[in-house]
Amino acid sequence: MSIAQPVRPVPAKRRLTRKQRRLVLIAAAGAVLFFAAGLVLFAMRDTIVFFYGPTEITEKGVAPGTRMRLGGLVEAGSVQRGPGQRVSFAVTDSTSSVRVTYDGLLPDLFREGQGVVTEGVFEGAGRFKADSVLAKHDETYMPREVADALKKQGHWQPDGSAAPASPAAKP
Amino acid sequence: MIVEIGHYALALALGVSVIQVLVPFWGVVRQDRALASVGSSAALISFALVALSFAALVASYVRSDFSVSNVVANSHSAQPLIYKFTSVWGNHEGSMLLWVLILTLFGALVALSRNTLPPRLRAGALSAQGLVAVAFLAFTLFTSNPFQRLSPAPAEGQDLNPILQDLGLAIHPPLLYVGYVGFSITYAFAVAALIDGRIDAMWARAVRPWTLLAWTFLTLGIAMGSYWAYYELGWGGWWFWDPVENASFMPWIAGTALIHSTVVMEKRDALKVWTILLAILTFSLSLLGTFIVRSGVLTSVHSFASDPARGVFILLILVFFVGGSLALFAWRAPLLRQGGLFAPVSREGALVVNNIFLATACATVFVGTLYPLVLEMVTGDKISVGAPFYNATFVPVMVPLLLILPIGQSLAWKRGDLLGAAQRNAAAFGVSVLVALALIAFTHGGPVLAPLGIGLGVFLVLGAAVDLGERIVARASGWRAMLSRAKGLPRSAWGTALAHAGVGISIIGIAAAAWSSEAIAVLKPGERLTSGRYTVVLEGVSPRTGPNFRAEVARFQLFSGEKELAPLEASKRIYTARSMPTTEAGIRTDWLSQAYVSLGEAQDGGVAVRLYDKPLILLIWIGSIVMALGGGLSLTDRRFRLAAPKRATPAAAAPQPAE
Repeated sequence: MSIAQPVRPVPAKRRLTRKQRRLVLIAAAGAVLFFAAGLVLFAMRDTIVFFYGPTEITEKGVAPGTRMRLGGLVEAGSVQRGPGQRVSFAVTDSTSSVRVTYDGLLPDLFREGQGVVTEGVFEGAGRFKADSVLAKHDETYMPREVADALKKQGHWQPDGSAAPASPAAKP
Repeated sequence: MIVEIGHYALALALGVSVIQVLVPFWGVVRQDRALASVGSSAALISFALVALSFAALVASYVRSDFSVSNVVANSHSAQPLIYKFTSVWGNHEGSMLLWVLILTLFGALVALSRNTLPPRLRAGALSAQGLVAVAFLAFTLFTSNPFQRLSPAPAEGQDLNPILQDLGLAIHPPLLYVGYVGFSITYAFAVAALIDGRIDAMWARAVRPWTLLAWTFLTLGIAMGSYWAYYELGWGGWWFWDPVENASFMPWIAGTALIHSTVVMEKRDALKVWTILLAILTFSLSLLGTFIVRSGVLTSVHSFASDPARGVFILLILVFFVGGSLALFAWRAPLLRQGGLFAPVSREGALVVNNIFLATACATVFVGTLYPLVLEMVTGDKISVGAPFYNATFVPVMVPLLLILPIGQSLAWKRGDLLGAAQRNAAAFGVSVLVALALIAFTHGGPVLAPLGIGLGVFLVLGAAVDLGERIVARASGWRAMLSRAKGLPRSAWGTALAHAGVGISIIGIAAAAWSSEAIAVLKPGERLTSGRYTVVLEGVSPRTGPNFRAEVARFQLFSGEKELAPLEASKRIYTARSMPTTEAGIRTDWLSQAYVSLGEAQDGGVAVRLYDKPLILLIWIGSIVMALGGGLSLTDRRFRLAAPKRATPAAAAPQPAE
């Protein structure tokens, strides 16, 4: 309760009826919802990132310069380091592969032959510049997107290193 | 034997909960007080049984009883005792048991709460709450039994996920669950009121403490989860707009709206139908969160191993409780008596605006969280919705709300004086604008939005102070009179001011993140790395052995400008049982800022080091704690300890035709 206000008589013309008050309320709620819906639709166009596997990039004709997530297995023997903090590796789904470059520290569980999800910009011609490599939080974890991408390409081995025994990682 | 007792007690609790649903409900229908009062005893017994069951699981963990498959999968004999204990809920089965424990605890608290509740309301609420308990007890028993035996028993367990071997696991889940599950009580009260077909200010007063309690714990739970992620994950982020975080954030936003709408209902007997709907929606969002986290539709550190049967079971629970309560609402809400009239410019009008904005903000988070799931189901396209989406939707909805918060807070009930309220806050607003302008000038060429954000935070803190100041100073002469006014001010007024100031403090911390900086380099001993105000010098790297891990520990000297601060250590650990590496960040708190060091891989005779300067970052969590203190203080308000005003008519317990 706020401090007592001197009560001023309200002019008769400003007193609203129940119906008018309800209209004000509905109009206010409608305006805010409309504003938010506009924001959401606008953001849907610009801020959402699609996920593709290496083969899907060619299949769907992803344009160079598109921001996306790329997932697959880190190809064995493909990791190169330097200069500086630059790391480059190939992400593959066994049908095709994409060369990823990344500046920064790799997550703890980044390993050759294991699943990985990266986010960044597709540069065209099988090259990808990542600005984040998503961390896994469990040694048996396989990102679900990667598992699905591999299944699509028919390279899924449910009992191999790619087993999604316990999906548990926060991207 | 202990394990079997635990299992048996859990099954017995399910039976008692069925009684808790049926008998009080029958009592309400038959107008039989004796039957209605059975609910209280059943709730107490059910809690005692679940507590016994939980104790049995704790005992199996602490004694490393590897004949229980849950213990084998999530514990190790070399774990320190505290982690053996917290491992109990560091897995799906155990965390469901904790969930049920807290659920029945709340039922018991309702049963024990002072005799201020109308008996019909209490019986109805206990019955509805019992139904939630039945669903989750059945879920735990039939799909997630933590007492499953394993034969032959292995000699050693598989260890808890190393990420979870942290004090955070002792703090974050219990706090969060008390918040999450606490909203089941408001839900139960809403359902009881709908069945009863009657609702009034007394209902609001009965429900408000439970809402405040749940909200306070949820605030702390989310904040502690955020701090845990910040120091454990090793890359300095504290909020990721991860679906799992959103799952706890949505009930928080809805709960915040509920706290405000119950005030309107309590003081002005208005907004009844909306408040009931909000109470239902808040717990529905808690259930949705449980579904998102526990069903395995998402991959997350929270989801543990998943099993499709569980997902379907939780989905059924979700559909039943959300659909059922909304159907009940659609059927019964038109029968509720319409609330009072009120003017748009008034405290209650401002609280309505608050509810409109909060509900909309919650809806944007809801869309961002569920849209990817729906899209994948419909088209098969996989998308990720991250911070850019929420910055473009959630933030623009929240900013206007926070800008008018101090003004709304100083409007009077019934008929407010907008001009007066604006004048009272003019000085606070002026100071905030000056702060923002000074920051823009001082950090010329830096981020522009961040100083505005800090200005907003300062406005909220000062606005809260102005509101308190007005009440204490107004028309009081001399400090003695002011002191007595300050003492006489209801605790809920102090709570409101604190909570609003807490929001401001958090916003300052969030905005200041724009000035954080990051640097990465490969360091050899003796080499230095500078980021922002901080410089580290690598002294050396040495191995160390922990109880169930091996570690490489890097020691650093830390400088802030020229001044040397206490040294810090960062390490890489390998947990031997799972041969899983983790990164332990080294964090040094410097006033309200932090220097944050995490290690990468060893290479070329050096080690990769990442150094962050995190200015004012502690304010984010300090603000949350201040918010929770505000909630706690309101909870101790005098009016919740007194009996609710009795209805003058003796017909209160008699059947009343719903109007």
